[in-house]
Amino acid sequence: MVISRESISWVIGGPQGSGVDSASHIFLKSIAMSGLNVFGKREYHSNIKGEHSYFSVRFSNQIVRSPVDDIDILVTFDAETIVRHSPFLLEGGILIYDPDVVGKKIEDIHTLDKSSEKRIAHILKSKNKEFSLAGIIEELKERKVILVELPYTKLINKFSEEIQDHSISKLARITNVMSLAASLAVLDFDIPLMEQGIQDTFTNKPKIAELNVKAANFTYSYVKESFGAIPEKFLFVTKIQNEANSNSIIAQGNQTSPLGKMVAGCRFQTYYPITPATDDSEYLESNQILEQNDKNNGSVVVIQTEDEIAAITMAIGAALTGVRACTTTSGPGFSLMAEALGWAGINEVPLLVSLYQRAGPSTGLPTRQEQGDLLFAINAGHGEFPRIVYSSGDIEESFYDTIRVFNYADIFQTPVIHMLDKYLSNSIITCNPFEYKNLKIERGKILEGNSIEIKQQGFSDHFKRFELSDDPISLRVPLGTENGIFWNTGDEHDEMGHITEDPETRISMMEKRLSKLELIQNRIPKEEQITIEFENNTSSKSKKLMVIVSWGSTKGAILDSLEKITETDDTIQFLYLQIKLLNPFPGKLLEDIVNNKIEKLHSSDNTSSTIETIVTIIEMNYLSQLDVLIKQNTTLQSDHNILKYNGRPMSHTEIYNSLINIINNQSERRVILKNGV
Amino acid sequence: MEYKLADFKTPVHNDWCAGCGDFGILNAIQMSLYELKISPHQAAIFSGIGCSGKTPHFINTFGIHTLHGRVLPFAQGAKLANPNLKILAVGGDGDGLGIGSGHFVNSGRRNIDITYIIYNNGVYGLTKGQASPTLKLGMKTKSLPQPNVNDSINPIALACVSGFTYIARGYSYDIKHLKEVIKRGIEHSGLSFIDVLQPCPTYNDINTKEWYQSFSLDENNPSIRIPKIYKLEEEGYNGVVDNDEESSNKIIKAIEKSKEWESRIPVGVFYENKKTPTYEERLQSRIDNYKTYPPALQTIKDENGNPNINIDRLIDELRTK
Repeated sequence: MVISRESISWVIGGPQGSGVDSASHIFLKSIAMSGLNVFGKREYHSNIKGEHSYFSVRFSNQIVRSPVDDIDILVTFDAETIVRHSPFLLEGGILIYDPDVVGKKIEDIHTLDKSSEKRIAHILKSKNKEFSLAGIIEELKERKVILVELPYTKLINKFSEEIQDHSISKLARITNVMSLAASLAVLDFDIPLMEQGIQDTFTNKPKIAELNVKAANFTYSYVKESFGAIPEKFLFVTKIQNEANSNSIIAQGNQTSPLGKMVAGCRFQTYYPITPATDDSEYLESNQILEQNDKNNGSVVVIQTEDEIAAITMAIGAALTGVRACTTTSGPGFSLMAEALGWAGINEVPLLVSLYQRAGPSTGLPTRQEQGDLLFAINAGHGEFPRIVYSSGDIEESFYDTIRVFNYADIFQTPVIHMLDKYLSNSIITCNPFEYKNLKIERGKILEGNSIEIKQQGFSDHFKRFELSDDPISLRVPLGTENGIFWNTGDEHDEMGHITEDPETRISMMEKRLSKLELIQNRIPKEEQITIEFENNTSSKSKKLMVIVSWGSTKGAILDSLEKITETDDTIQFLYLQIKLLNPFPGKLLEDIVNNKIEKLHSSDNTSSTIETIVTIIEMNYLSQLDVLIKQNTTLQSDHNILKYNGRPMSHTEIYNSLINIINNQSERRVILKNGV
Repeated sequence: MEYKLADFKTPVHNDWCAGCGDFGILNAIQMSLYELKISPHQAAIFSGIGCSGKTPHFINTFGIHTLHGRVLPFAQGAKLANPNLKILAVGGDGDGLGIGSGHFVNSGRRNIDITYIIYNNGVYGLTKGQASPTLKLGMKTKSLPQPNVNDSINPIALACVSGFTYIARGYSYDIKHLKEVIKRGIEHSGLSFIDVLQPCPTYNDINTKEWYQSFSLDENNPSIRIPKIYKLEEEGYNGVVDNDEESSNKIIKAIEKSKEWESRIPVGVFYENKKTPTYEERLQSRIDNYKTYPPALQTIKDENGNPNINIDRLIDELRTK
């Protein structure tokens, strides 16, 4: 099913360390500067150099939020990228490749994985082509793929003569800018914008920028000379250039959460190096001096610790001084943090853990996508304590959510786990600039000022950090507060924080802490708990309602699919809900939203026929962990689970296809998605 | 305000065994804080798990009883977020050198200005007497089913190679000396480590009070009784580094001294180096108002509750035009 018509899908691949990243950065920047919307995602191995990595970019005159499986333009330097990705080239698509690699034997590509080899062997066999690069090229020709040859070595030689610089070794590194210029040439892309994209990428290296600009222009005109008419479906790119509104930003997931932290007032963050969480801390540390509105400079201290246990305990120690503190990690690190999470729970310490999920268990697929840590995040740690688990559906949301989760931690004085993931972290989108100036920082019951007024001296009148009252949340004071001395212990404690094993105090303290769960559900605004992401009002007398429920970063692909489906199909109503608050789980709210929708459909329908409701849950794991929570907390029964656990994010293509199959009653109960290279 | 020694005590019932060496350490800490005129609310004592872990509850300062083995990262986090606080960390030898040894070593790399005291008794007391990392190979204390099969860690030597900048030892029944060692550690700017020999009267029947306070006879003159424990400073030892060139030489000397055991056991200051920059100073070189405007004291919102920050520059970097 071809569904990328309104947008162009561009993929660049090559061995890790060969410059795929900088080429894709220039491409993204240039395209975004032209006023188009972009969505980019990066896929890479757990490896420093040599293994295959690729970057896919989808761009459009409309909003794009997800990748597709089909490719319009495939940019390659090596044989492996052709073997892996060419099966996804669309008819009329473009392959940019080096004719010198055609002689390479497929069997000699040692980094090629079994799936890719099997896929290409199957295609070649079914089309009666020989199992070779030449066979692939022939097969592509048959499918009317436009082949753009870039003989890199020859071009570099020619270019080096033109600029009178014969140090080829230096010039060899410009193959990626050449491939990029070639792909812009086939789009008839604006040359000044391309040059600006290059300069933006090499801001601090003017000489390299200049050389790259020259090489790009050289390649651009080389390709232009021989390339025929621009394929019709690419024409919108030329039309839109420079005319769209310029008020957008291009942001990566690993920038938005740290930006949110700056705004939220997080001034202390710890981490132990781990993919894909480290980028967050590195961005924060790179920008650690903060400009305040009162003209002082603030700063954020970022500490690389010896392990994740030190990371979380150091952040807790910092939080006791009153600072908003955070630690960032991924699954393996979060496993190590479980004990300390309970310490923060029993001592009612506001603490944020940014949990960037990747595929587990153990080291799993260290650089790949999964949403497998939901139930673990909710249950990590022994014993019972309240914690908030909150998740973000996309890059833009993750900025605003970061401010929210810090507020929750302070208001409810308890740890908060903010669920993010590899896909979100390593993707890039165009979106509106962040409106942060009017956001609210809510610190809850914390002492402001540096001492407590105390009526009289004496221990009976001592400050009670864990005072038992009608409100389970007591006044919190930072370490160093005069008359505010308190104790903390991982043991059960009395009101001052001293160890106790008294059964009655135990009951009171358990009830104090765990009653926060109800408080959290009552106090967090409903629209922050569950968001209605999509709801169509079809004019037809539709009797069918599909309720889609998801959490986290599958949102973009679901929304893109729903928009696409409802463009042509109005026989079905959709209600798409994103659960953002995952613990305590808003079961009642979820039921209410669904029931209200069904009731509304009934009342608008004069006949008393029943509405057929299909509940579909979409998430990136095997067990359907969200469905487990829904079953635990509601009477809602799922009809279909769309799942994926091959380490590659869900694409718009596969979600669209799966939903269409469900609508047409041609779907299994469990739909396992398998796409991705 | 003038504080009395009593102001550093709490009415919390102390459930350590009678005759426990921990009492001496507790008293020495309280006296040190009092004599250094540190206000109770300006100090925070962090502890690990075990008998020693209960220490903060008996001292009237902020008291943070943390997790087994994790006292140092908790304490370091608090200090870096608010460097104005006086931070002490206490814990047992199993806590700091067994489960927490990774933090012990890595704290040395940072040299944050805190004082860490290990209550060293060779056994895991609260779990009823298993061998700890400092119990010597082949020793069989009364609750061990078999003699200790592991070799022991030398805490002073480990502190030397890890980068601690004040390394000392005290004996829990010599409170006067211990107090001076602790005071000097608190006053030292950088990471201090104090190894306190602390008999466990219930589970360690080898390294007892009597054993530590025993004498040997001089080979040449049997009428001279030589005490097992002796003070480094009384025998002409000087571990203080006065210039950078001395540093490695003095570390080697300290390690050599730390090997003395059985017949003679040194207490006092093994090594002190004030030249190594603290982590706080290293941060200060990146953040020029770090010490005056540290994380804990920053104003993060204005009177309307809006963020007190301007990130326009960073957002501009992301703009497509």
